[in-house]
Amino acid sequence: MSEKEKIEEALKGWEAKVEKSLAKFPERKAAFVTGSNAPVRRLYTPLDLGKRDTLESIGLPGEFPYTRGVQSTMYRGRFWTMRQYAGFASAEESNARYKFLLAQGQTGLSVAFDLPTQIGYDSDHALAAGEVGKVGVAIDSLEDMETLFGGIPLDKVSTSMTINAPASVLLAMYIAVAEKQGIPADKLDGTIQNDILKEYVARGTYIFPPVPSMRLITDIFAYCSKEVPNWNTISISGYHIREAGSTAIQEVAFTLADGIAYVEAAIKAGLDVDEFAPRLSFFFNAHNDLFEEVAKFRAARRVWAHIMKERFGAKNPKSWMLRFHTQTGGSTLTAQQPENNVVRVTIQALAAVLGGTQSLHTNSKDEALALPTEASVRIALRTQQILAYESGVAETPDPLAGSYYVESLTNSIEEGVLTYIKRIDDMGGAVKAIEQGYIQQEIQDSAYSWQMDVEKDERVVVGLNKFQVKEDPPKGLLRVDPAVGERQVAKLTALRARRDNAATAAALAALKTAALGSDNLMPPILAAVKTYATLGEICDVLRSVFGEYRPSVMF
Amino acid sequence: MIDTLARRCLDGDPRAVARLISLLEDGNKDAFGTLAALVERMGQAQVIGITGPPGSGKSTLTDKLIGEFRARGKRVGVIAVDPSSPFSGGAILGDRLRMQGHATDPGVFIRSLASRGRLGGLSKATAFAVRALEAAGYDIVIIETVGVGQSEVDIVKVADTVVLVSVPGLGDDIQVIKAGIMEIGDIFVVNKSDRDGADRVVREIRAMLETQAMLQRGKSVSAGPDTLAARNAELLHHGQADLRPETLPAREAFDLPPVMKTIAETGEGVPELVEAILSRFVKSLASGELEIRRHASIKSQLKDLVGWQVMDYFVDREGDGRLESLARSVQARKIDIYSAARELFATLMQGEK
Amino acid sequence: MERKIRVIVAKPGLDGHDRGAKVIARALRDAGMEVIYTGLRQTPEQIVQAAIQEDADVVALSILSGAHNHLFPRVVELLKEKGADDILVFGGGVIPDEDIPFLKSKGIAEIFGPGTPTSATVDFIKTHLKRA
Repeated sequence: MSEKEKIEEALKGWEAKVEKSLAKFPERKAAFVTGSNAPVRRLYTPLDLGKRDTLESIGLPGEFPYTRGVQSTMYRGRFWTMRQYAGFASAEESNARYKFLLAQGQTGLSVAFDLPTQIGYDSDHALAAGEVGKVGVAIDSLEDMETLFGGIPLDKVSTSMTINAPASVLLAMYIAVAEKQGIPADKLDGTIQNDILKEYVARGTYIFPPVPSMRLITDIFAYCSKEVPNWNTISISGYHIREAGSTAIQEVAFTLADGIAYVEAAIKAGLDVDEFAPRLSFFFNAHNDLFEEVAKFRAARRVWAHIMKERFGAKNPKSWMLRFHTQTGGSTLTAQQPENNVVRVTIQALAAVLGGTQSLHTNSKDEALALPTEASVRIALRTQQILAYESGVAETPDPLAGSYYVESLTNSIEEGVLTYIKRIDDMGGAVKAIEQGYIQQEIQDSAYSWQMDVEKDERVVVGLNKFQVKEDPPKGLLRVDPAVGERQVAKLTALRARRDNAATAAALAALKTAALGSDNLMPPILAAVKTYATLGEICDVLRSVFGEYRPSVMF
Repeated sequence: MIDTLARRCLDGDPRAVARLISLLEDGNKDAFGTLAALVERMGQAQVIGITGPPGSGKSTLTDKLIGEFRARGKRVGVIAVDPSSPFSGGAILGDRLRMQGHATDPGVFIRSLASRGRLGGLSKATAFAVRALEAAGYDIVIIETVGVGQSEVDIVKVADTVVLVSVPGLGDDIQVIKAGIMEIGDIFVVNKSDRDGADRVVREIRAMLETQAMLQRGKSVSAGPDTLAARNAELLHHGQADLRPETLPAREAFDLPPVMKTIAETGEGVPELVEAILSRFVKSLASGELEIRRHASIKSQLKDLVGWQVMDYFVDREGDGRLESLARSVQARKIDIYSAARELFATLMQGEK
Repeated sequence: MERKIRVIVAKPGLDGHDRGAKVIARALRDAGMEVIYTGLRQTPEQIVQAAIQEDADVVALSILSGAHNHLFPRVVELLKEKGADDILVFGGGVIPDEDIPFLKSKGIAEIFGPGTPTSATVDFIKTHLKRA
């Protein structure tokens, strides 16, 4: 008998024995599922490793299809970047928080902007009332950006900016700040999220419609490939899609479908795939189901590598590599018994590390209640440090490879992802699928079904629908001073009085002309930013040319 | 209370209008009294029906139409009808979302109605809601509904002008050929006309309209049972028979309903569409066609109202109980269904005495 | 004919996270209510105009951006100005417990925090309608 046949026979005997014993010792529930409701079988064995050649599907780290990781030595060479998303209120307060985090051992900066900034409104805009500085830092002009990075050497830190619709403007400001520090753009290291498609679908901070948005994105690709070559020009995101309620398979599928749309747009704009693809990066979620999450990351890498090599014909191995940042799942954290969240975040961070992430943000325990305090964000950072230094999981790449369960999950997630991508391709691509509301509907359906599972107690959330306690309301949460809004408005007024308004007006006019034509928009945006034109003024010029996005909502 | 409600509606108080529409929706008997008090304004608004399949961009088009009408100084009421869930009876009404630009314009009133059991059709209250908006001084009332089930047929009873929206690439042959559509559309719009296949859809619709016009011209000279029999049975049942071709001037070539192209997203083609709507309205007013049409519409609504009253009467007098027992008798083959129906009817009629 | 409860579900301000609002909208529909979903980026003025035209019984506000103390009371204030203060107003999202007394003092009937089952919201509406 072959090895395979021996196992099959032993398994049959084992199954029979288990079935017999179920009468007296039933399993805990009728159906076992992953966090995404995928079925989990009674047992996984070598038979579940899949039909493909091990080297072909699993392979080695640093080698196509990168299932085991994009670097050969992974964390033996360097730990993942510990990058906590932060920012709130004013540029001064955020600057202080960045310096604190860098001193505590954080190795990269991640900037959170407030909603008016993310949507291209100045702090004195009518719609900004009550929102200034609340979910991130308020940046109205280059002046605020200079304060934000005051005393932080931009050639020594890498900075990730969570900014999408107006990413071009914030990137231009960053470049301008670096210039003032005497640092040339080609020494800058960092990322802009710049992923508009997921905004339409899951996050909501869009400004312009899809076509001009894609133009801005491809302009950034082209500009950076020449001027800021170490910059990650996009962070194609699944995090928010998952937060909006999708399953693990949908998270990867919709993200990669968006990725395909961006690559196609860039190629259509005349760029060579190997010119920009090495700088594409991704951003995923880390949820509670440890093994499903690890498998998800591995499947994502494998699928993308094949897409880039076979579908787009990329030649540079760097174009095939899916590099990603991970954030632990905010929506999994509870307002009830918030200390439990530290444990959840640990499991999720572990999943990200075992899954080979390049950088990681761990949420703080007060996530469901407010922005984190210094104390709680420090615990979140320590979580990463303990994983790195004490747990041993970083001592060898992809330690779970070969696990029957994990490889089986990796294969089935890959299959599910490919099915979705095919369906979206048949619809004409991600942009069309979004126009038709397909992606939104899928996400919503998953979200609703999850909620119903929790309410029917079919899914347990500890502290929420099981193991509840009567609690006092939490104390010591972070509050953003409402006066931030007023101070920001005052700063704006002073700025407009102080600057050379003729120069600003000229720069804005030049930008409008460029927007009406087809020139790359980064240079005129950079020029405008240097005249201290505000974010709102620049975006209004673009709005006047591009129009605004009107969402379609399905139920 | 009801008299003040009428007064406030005539004054254009939006809260009163909204309240009246709800009361009418709920079937509140006093509300009908209020409606009666508003009869002086009846017929003052031009009622435009917009219908088409899901994905045709109706709401976006309606949004642009509102803008155009407003630019011409008209006050606009909008009734957006969406289906109710057959399971829970509830509904999610999302059309308002696409008309955000007019959300705070006091000259625009947008009301979402759920179809409430009329599968795919307009809710019963739609016609009443039109009257309420009319009474409040809205010059134009737009009814927007998805073109499934009964709704095209329903919309003809209520609207002076019916705009049928199609879109390229949605299996157009099916949309356009659907029962009786050709006969009730006053204006055909191919939206998203920047897409491939738009011109082909325009051609197809024109061809069908021409064919239909030929048939009508031929038949209108010698009208008779054959003509009626040739029409779609569904339309006959729902009062469309009142719009017999012989009662309408025969459609000459230049009278064919226009087939227009729009791109609702950008507003392209919308001013022309509004021109077409307004000018056809004026023409039909002058030619007397509007009067004939409204007459047929009123007759149709009267029939509906009487029918509903009969059903209410029936339900009030515990018709359900008798219905139950008769149904059992039919099932047990003790009586045939037709005799059972006659018996039930007779019992009800007797009850009135 | 039976009376349907009409609910406006709105997201005031710039917050774009609509998972909760959409889940609530569906749950209310499944409970037999008519839900007017107004979507994102609603100003208090837009929300109030919708509530009036739709003859809403309830206005449900969802917000996760921290701007609730400014936006929620404004909605209530405008409803009062228009003579529509018989509409039940409540909210949900990321709203710290310590803000709840303030919001309630401004006329917000209840705040439903993260983790509240949709059934609790449905029950609340049914038992707290201000209008007959």
